[in-house]
Amino acid sequence: MSTLDKRMSSAEIVGRLESGMTLGIGGWGPRRKPMALVREILRSDLKDLTIVSYGGPDVGMLCAAGKVKKLVFAFVSLDAIPLEPWFRKAREAGAIEVLELDEGMFQWGLKAAAFQLPFLPTRVGLGTDLVELGGLKTVQSPYDDGEVMVAMPALKLDAALIHVQRCDHRGNVQALGPDTYYDEWFAKAADQCFVSCEELVPAMEDAFPDDVRANLFERCFVTGVTEAKGGAHPTSLPPDYGWDMGWFKKYAAAAKDPGDWASVAAQFVGASEADYLASVGGMEAVGALPLPVF
Amino acid sequence: MATLAELCIAAVAEAFRTDRELVGTGIGPIPRLGVGLAKLTHSPGLMMTDGEAFLVEQPVPIGPRAYDDRKAAGYLPFSRFFDSAVWSGRRHAMVTPTQVDRFGQTNLSALGGTHAQPKTQMLGARGFPGNGIYHANSMFIPAHGPRVFVAGEVDRVSSPGYNPARRIAGGNYSAIDLKRIVTNLCVMDFGGPDHAVRVISLHPGVTFADVEAATGFPLIDAVAGETALPTEEQLAIIARLDPHGIRHSVLADNPPAIRSAS
Repeated sequence: MSTLDKRMSSAEIVGRLESGMTLGIGGWGPRRKPMALVREILRSDLKDLTIVSYGGPDVGMLCAAGKVKKLVFAFVSLDAIPLEPWFRKAREAGAIEVLELDEGMFQWGLKAAAFQLPFLPTRVGLGTDLVELGGLKTVQSPYDDGEVMVAMPALKLDAALIHVQRCDHRGNVQALGPDTYYDEWFAKAADQCFVSCEELVPAMEDAFPDDVRANLFERCFVTGVTEAKGGAHPTSLPPDYGWDMGWFKKYAAAAKDPGDWASVAAQFVGASEADYLASVGGMEAVGALPLPVF
Repeated sequence: MATLAELCIAAVAEAFRTDRELVGTGIGPIPRLGVGLAKLTHSPGLMMTDGEAFLVEQPVPIGPRAYDDRKAAGYLPFSRFFDSAVWSGRRHAMVTPTQVDRFGQTNLSALGGTHAQPKTQMLGARGFPGNGIYHANSMFIPAHGPRVFVAGEVDRVSSPGYNPARRIAGGNYSAIDLKRIVTNLCVMDFGGPDHAVRVISLHPGVTFADVEAATGFPLIDAVAGETALPTEEQLAIIARLDPHGIRHSVLADNPPAIRSAS
């Protein structure tokens, strides 16, 4: 049956997605976002999406373009620009439904989905507005303690999108950099997981055997892989490149003036990925972006 | 002479005094410098990250530096952070919420309007709900005023506090542990009856009436004296941890530690 050749183009990946789907997007705020795949969605007709994300510009752009029906989030931020301007506009216009979660209970929801459980119990959310506003239920421990906890529902994803340094054609992935966030749980919570990479290598065991500990999750969780150099831009991909502050500033300014996404979308998305990469100075410019210092 | 920012950093360090081994997380320059100061003086058991994914035994100075100017002794990426520090209660965080009420409930989510359409959308709850129910928390408020310390309840409850009306039967609230609030005017704690907020020290030149006027809810006067000025040793450590003087830009007009009579 399967040839284990999982190579696809970005357009083929987005062609596997459908309007109304629930999509998980890996990365964290302005870090290691699969932006090439997000841009491909922005170039497509997909709509009515439920987006599950530790949100950065992925969420802001999808909201601005009217692609989002519902957002599952714990924050949306560009970090150095704390409040994501296009996400704020969508929220303050009442344009999207939301399920607001805590960062940790969000991870619990992905793990429940990954483990094929309906929910996982947690104390997180008790004493806050999240439980009632999110329609979350409670569950009682069946043991002697009888503790009442929040039942964090599984965040089952139709598809997950992730960006890493390297893939091979069979779906072996390697992500370098100090932190990989919750990408493994997005992959395992999803029916299909699509991974874009800076470099598609022939066979991981021959190409980079010494970096095998950078393998985030097993290839059985990978549906398709695609090469997308600079695919995290404008977000960071340590140690390859930092985030693009100049880009973020322009993007944030455009939310105020002209404030209309349709008139600026081409500038931030591009007609094609090659077109986009050229517009930001090519890989030479992307590779020169300094890593952020915290 | 010390600045008010430096006095606040010393007060933050005092809030983090502990004999436990736990992760001290100070979000923002003054909280982070305060945790570093505590770790290098009275509380060596504190653990800190480099602001990213590595544990360091020497606090990393804030501001511009070479990316790899850090010596990691341990590893604490986000995934391990929840497992090792949050769910286990081995953490004390100091944060700056947008609103705080008399129960210690905080808001980082949104202001006004409705949940479906807030008047002002902010960050989102981030990790506040989990932090609040699992481990110790403190707050740093750089501009003490009634828009932060609100009358009634915060617009959205992002982190839990000591509000009995928000308790459900059978829930475990035993780990809610609000330590201190350090502001540009004073230091407060939750040591009053039913965890009511008390003023425990006033910064030099500030009166209890000044603090009351800047707070939307009643306060208990438990003032034991003035907030301590930082020592020369503390000032030297602070200067070393903040070589670019970022602390001087946190408080409006960078006032001196001792407020002149007005």
